[in-house]
Amino acid sequence: MASQTAEEPNRRDFIVIAAQAFATVGAAVALWPFIHQMNPDASTQALASTEVDISPVKPGQAITVLWRGKPVFIRNRTPEEVKAAKAVRLADLRDQAARNDALPDNARATDENRSKLGKENWLILIGICTHLGCIPKGQSMGDARGDYGGWFCPCHGSHYDTAGRIRQGPAPRNLEVPPYEFLSDTQIRIG
Amino acid sequence: MASHESTFRPSTRAGKWLDERLPLTRMMHGQFVDFPTPRNINYLWTTGGLLVFFLGVQIATGVALAMHYIPSAADAFNSVEAIRRDVNYGWLLRNVHMVGASFFFLAAYIHIGRGLYYGSYKTPREILWILGVVIFLLMMATAFMGYSLPWGQMSFWAVTVITNLFSSIDSVIPGLGTRIVQWLWGGFSVSGTTLTRFYALHYLLPFVIAAVVGLHIWALHVAGQNNPTGIDIKSPAEAVPMTPYAVVKDIFALSVFVLLFAWFVFYLPDYLGHPDNYTEANPLSTPPHIVPEWYFLPYYAILRAIPNKLLGVIAMFSSILLLIFVPWLDTSRVRSAKYRPVYRVFFWMFVISVIALGYIGSKPPEGEYITWGRVFTAYYFLHLLVILPIVGVIETPKPLPRSISEAVLGERAKQSATAGGVS
Ligand code: HEM
Ligand code: FES
Repeated sequence: MASQTAEEPNRRDFIVIAAQAFATVGAAVALWPFIHQMNPDASTQALASTEVDISPVKPGQAITVLWRGKPVFIRNRTPEEVKAAKAVRLADLRDQAARNDALPDNARATDENRSKLGKENWLILIGICTHLGCIPKGQSMGDARGDYGGWFCPCHGSHYDTAGRIRQGPAPRNLEVPPYEFLSDTQIRIG
Repeated sequence: MASHESTFRPSTRAGKWLDERLPLTRMMHGQFVDFPTPRNINYLWTTGGLLVFFLGVQIATGVALAMHYIPSAADAFNSVEAIRRDVNYGWLLRNVHMVGASFFFLAAYIHIGRGLYYGSYKTPREILWILGVVIFLLMMATAFMGYSLPWGQMSFWAVTVITNLFSSIDSVIPGLGTRIVQWLWGGFSVSGTTLTRFYALHYLLPFVIAAVVGLHIWALHVAGQNNPTGIDIKSPAEAVPMTPYAVVKDIFALSVFVLLFAWFVFYLPDYLGHPDNYTEANPLSTPPHIVPEWYFLPYYAILRAIPNKLLGVIAMFSSILLLIFVPWLDTSRVRSAKYRPVYRVFFWMFVISVIALGYIGSKPPEGEYITWGRVFTAYYFLHLLVILPIVGVIETPKPLPRSISEAVLGERAKQSATAGGVS
């Protein structure tokens, strides 16, 4: 047979390339359901909200409730704790973002931006250390609260202050403020 | 495959019939009976057989446990308790599986140390070595997911902490790390959903390991075994057939190792574990001091040594992934540390630093421990990235023997040669 080196693409080339492309795209598309099945499904995502009666929580006390499978810290701060949190200069903070779901991303981590106006004594936070997800100590009276009087994560030694802001240790971010609202003076809804 | 005469002769008519259609017995005979093993391999060469044994033990006991285990957040803890108390021989199966994981890792660490000492990763065994690192990583993933199954406090919090490692990606691409973590969890926190998928993967991965072990042995049988001198086999007389010589030696070593194993299984089953894991998982309270199983401690210490979250995670993963590059990081052309006086000292310092990291990983991250954790972490990387390449260049190795026979028989060979005796 005569060798034809510089041949025009013929029908066979077309079929080969089309078949390969089809198989590749097909395989990629078929993979997606296998990956996506692992994502949180609609029933998990449905933003369940939790209502909590906060009247039994006296100043200096705290309770933990469960929201979306996550612990939420509700702390009734003493006036001294609020004062200490307000006295901190922003420049001294490791993470200067408010991390408050109700505020824009660029809000600063002042104590005002971490609590609600007129209800500054209440601090409501997701109780998950932003390092690797342990639950910091500091909710019970006898707990170690770390060098800044807020919470202390025993797993790898992160210290949070009385506004739940990271001050020392490996955690990169302040404890997150979940979306919540006051239904009355003694009732809040998280979520 | 390393070339050698096949002594395989099917002795029965059925054997001959099969041999002509699927020469499976011929292959097994060639690879595991006739296969030439260096005469001078020592007991460290029995660790490979130990590892195959323990993989088999984990699969056998695992399948039996799976018949009684219930992978749901509500029942997992109680089903393991039922295995321990009610299921016939459940206590034995569970102890063997649990202690077996530890001994599997013990054998793997010795096996890896053997490779590092005798330069078994050097040409032509790079792929063999890399497959070994892959097996090691798969073992770690399997053991990690297995540890989640009893759904105790340590199970739960170990899963939380380790899966959260991926959230460190958030500091590079905001949001991506969280997406990955929630994908792994199937929710917004570790839950029964997470447990069920980990169970599925814990069942699957050992079979993947078995497949990679197959490739590992294939690569081994292409290159042939290394030996304490690090010199290639030069004449057929320097090798003996694998069966019975190497196999019987393996069985002897295995018996001794299994005695130690049995002592733990029967008398100290929980010695290597953590008492907190007999408290059922509680998503609202983290135990005061979380530690992984002993075989993960050095990496855990590296993670904690670095005060930045992302860098800590990168350091931890690279401490293992770097092993892949050891064949090229080590610049020496001499394989065995026996003839490398300088490397030999550094090898032991490396071993000491890994053990020290393991000790530090078991301690709370405070004071002295933080400092020492950093020192040994630094040394770990220094060894792999700086010492290995430099020592290979500047060191003057001891003169190598001309052959394995000369190294092993040495003076004796010369004497008997002059005396005209037979060796
Ligand atoms: C590479 C091999 C394997 C390793 C390293 C391994 C490791 C582990 C570990 C560390 C545990 C936790 C033990 C405890 O603390 O209670 C575990 C549990 C378990 N594994 Fe495996 N495993 C392996 C293979 C398998 C296989 C092949 C199966 C099933 C076919 C299996 C089924 C189970 C079950 C059902 C449990 C829960 C019961 C228990 O906790 O004792 N494993 N595994
Ligand atoms: S998880 Fe809190 S310090 Fe690591």
